[in-house]
Amino acid sequence: MFAHPLFEKSFANKILAEHIPPSKNITFHDLYEIYPEFDINVKYEQELLKNHDIIIWQHPMYWYSCPPLLKQWIDMVLEYGWAYGKNGLALQDKLIFQAITTGANMENYSTEGDNLFTLPELLRPFSQTAKVCRMEYLPPFVIHGTHKMEEETYYEHGASYARLLNYLETNEIDAKKIQQFFYMNDWMQSKNI
Amino acid sequence: MENSFFLQAIIYLAAAVVCVPIAKKIGLSSILGYLFSGIIIGPFVLGFIGSEGQDLMHFAEFGVVMMLFLIGLELDPYKFWKMRRFILGMGSLQVGITSLVLFICSSIIFDWNWQTALTISLALSLSSTAIVLQTLKEKGMLQTSVGRSSFAVLLFQDIAVIPILAIIPLLVSSSNIIPDEDIHHSLISNLDGWLQTLIVIGVIAVIYFAGKYVIVPILHVVAKTRLQELFTASALLLVLGVSYLMQLVGLSPALGAFMAGVVLANSEFRHELEGDIAPFKGLLLGLFFIGVGASINFRLIIDNPAFILIFGFILTMIKFFVFLGIGKLYNKKIDQNFIFSIGLSQAGEFGFVIMSFSMELNIIPNMLANQIMAIIAISMISTPFLLLINERLIDPYFGVKEKESKTYDEINENNEVIIAGFGNFGSTIGRLLKTNKIPATILDLDSDRVDSLRKMGFKVYYGDATRLELLKAAGCENAKLFIAAIDNPTVNLIVIEMLKKHFPHLKILARARNRNDAFEIIDMGIENIYRENLYSAVHLGVDALVYLGHRRYSATRQGQRFIKYDEDAIFRLAKKRHDKKAFMISAMEEIEMQEQLFKSDLFNPIGPGDHAWDSENLKKDTST
Repeated sequence: MFAHPLFEKSFANKILAEHIPPSKNITFHDLYEIYPEFDINVKYEQELLKNHDIIIWQHPMYWYSCPPLLKQWIDMVLEYGWAYGKNGLALQDKLIFQAITTGANMENYSTEGDNLFTLPELLRPFSQTAKVCRMEYLPPFVIHGTHKMEEETYYEHGASYARLLNYLETNEIDAKKIQQFFYMNDWMQSKNI
Repeated sequence: MENSFFLQAIIYLAAAVVCVPIAKKIGLSSILGYLFSGIIIGPFVLGFIGSEGQDLMHFAEFGVVMMLFLIGLELDPYKFWKMRRFILGMGSLQVGITSLVLFICSSIIFDWNWQTALTISLALSLSSTAIVLQTLKEKGMLQTSVGRSSFAVLLFQDIAVIPILAIIPLLVSSSNIIPDEDIHHSLISNLDGWLQTLIVIGVIAVIYFAGKYVIVPILHVVAKTRLQELFTASALLLVLGVSYLMQLVGLSPALGAFMAGVVLANSEFRHELEGDIAPFKGLLLGLFFIGVGASINFRLIIDNPAFILIFGFILTMIKFFVFLGIGKLYNKKIDQNFIFSIGLSQAGEFGFVIMSFSMELNIIPNMLANQIMAIIAISMISTPFLLLINERLIDPYFGVKEKESKTYDEINENNEVIIAGFGNFGSTIGRLLKTNKIPATILDLDSDRVDSLRKMGFKVYYGDATRLELLKAAGCENAKLFIAAIDNPTVNLIVIEMLKKHFPHLKILARARNRNDAFEIIDMGIENIYRENLYSAVHLGVDALVYLGHRRYSATRQGQRFIKYDEDAIFRLAKKRHDKKAFMISAMEEIEMQEQLFKSDLFNPIGPGDHAWDSENLKKDTST
């Protein structure tokens, strides 16, 4: 689930998107391209979710949240009685995490930094949404500091994103283990991915 | 000659129909086929035609006249400006160096006087537009860097002819005039050289201003009659008229037609004229090549084979090496450079023009001029062969082949988007594209509208988009997107049908007046259909909902859904439509369709039920 209102001018997200391995198991779903008028096709989206085991919300961090269309998507697609509520079991046990780019550095996302909160703290609405839908929320894959980044670094991050997706596609994932890490990136380091 | 016109025509056509497919079959270009059919039916093999020679040149010249008119039409000033560095640089270098080398060589070797040597050098420095462009087109190389450079050089040569033809009369005054009974007298050939030059320049100016202020308004009047054949007739009349005028003052008719083309290149009628003349073009070009083949005076060659063959060989070599040097200077890769240099290594049809012109002015003895013409013809014949040798024997050693380069867009005046119909509907699209800096080629059939839109800075062309030639001329072969936005639904449909048939690669976005139009367009396999009333009707309906107390956002979302639903429905109904009995009259059809629509609306999945942001169920759930 990719959301970026100005994708054509985003370097970091373009590189990430380009590195998504071509596989019939992976669907790159560009929300702003499909629903420019925010008229989300709920049935279609739910079908799509049903057919996948791992869901990734890939988006830039805007005002400590996601771009508005992704919020619209959450509002509309995660329906009561389907995704949550007594009979809302459609998403049960699916894995979900966010792939996030931020302009600022990691240091800014701490109690001492300008942003006062860490990124996982700011992402609580998302982790809680996942929890209500009975999904396993994993720590985010994060690229900090895109405002000042060397071109090669972009590509390094892209390659690491590709490795992550390949790993997730081909291996059994123990959610509980990953959840012990702060970022997905840290877990990857520990596993040498 | 007793032969009727019919018999002559049959001989020409039969020769072409027999020879060209044979040439194609054994892998030669069609040009060679035409040339050989010319040689075979010419006076020295079968002798079917042209035993007088003169007739043949008239025939051939008519082909060149039409071709140069078309080349002139392509000389759009904008395109010209983009290519200025190549045209001026390469072109002037080539014409300058080649004629200088030829002049020095011929002055040393032969005992010609300097006027003769200079005239011949200038005449031979020019290449054959017909052969080069036709060959490149057949090889699909017009868009490569070779194609561009060749075109640039040819353009410069096309222009260089004008000053050359203007200079030649000046040479007369100082040369020794050989009295000759056979000279063709033009109206002004008895006047002084400087006066002739002045008249030539004057005529050029007259053509320019007449084109702008007389011909274009007349074409407007003709266009308003909406009679296609009348427009074709005026196009031909224009070309012939200008040619005749030029002949009166002793200039080549081809040059006149060329200039008429240039004058009209920037007018809104350009594509229409191109489309009108294009069907003649292939045939006339063929005729021209046949003419060249037939006009080779083998008796002259047999009388003095050494002179003509060696001269021809040296000429080709000199031109080849000059081009090779220029190509090197402009950083051409070696294989590209070879194609470029061999392609342009012949002398061209302008050589014929200059030769006959100089003969009329008595600068060059008839005998010598005829020999030079034979040399030109032979060098023209040799080019396709040399290219073939290059392709088969030389080129394989230089492996690197250039792909069509991407920088091509820069000078490609063919836009990616073509809009047919520029009324209220089409012009709105055009404006939106324009504000996003996307240029579009625009076709419209209302000459008044074309005129006023041009004044506002749109590049609009007058023309009937149902004609294949016009679609081709507008660049359908290279375009990506065709927007069919013509007011008249029947015409729009015909255009779409043509496009589907002849340009299957083209993405078509089609305007449909109503549902029935949309069905017909769907039947043709078009996916992108825009009913002009659907979107505004739904917008109005949304506003109606708002005035009745609905919140605007909910009403808007209902509108969005309704459009989606209706767009899907139309594809479904289009299929169903064919099941019905064929004799149903269209009014009944329409009513039945409405009924079907209302019926299916009842089962419409887009009712007001919408769960997002609606906490009714949630409240129920939490309270239990």
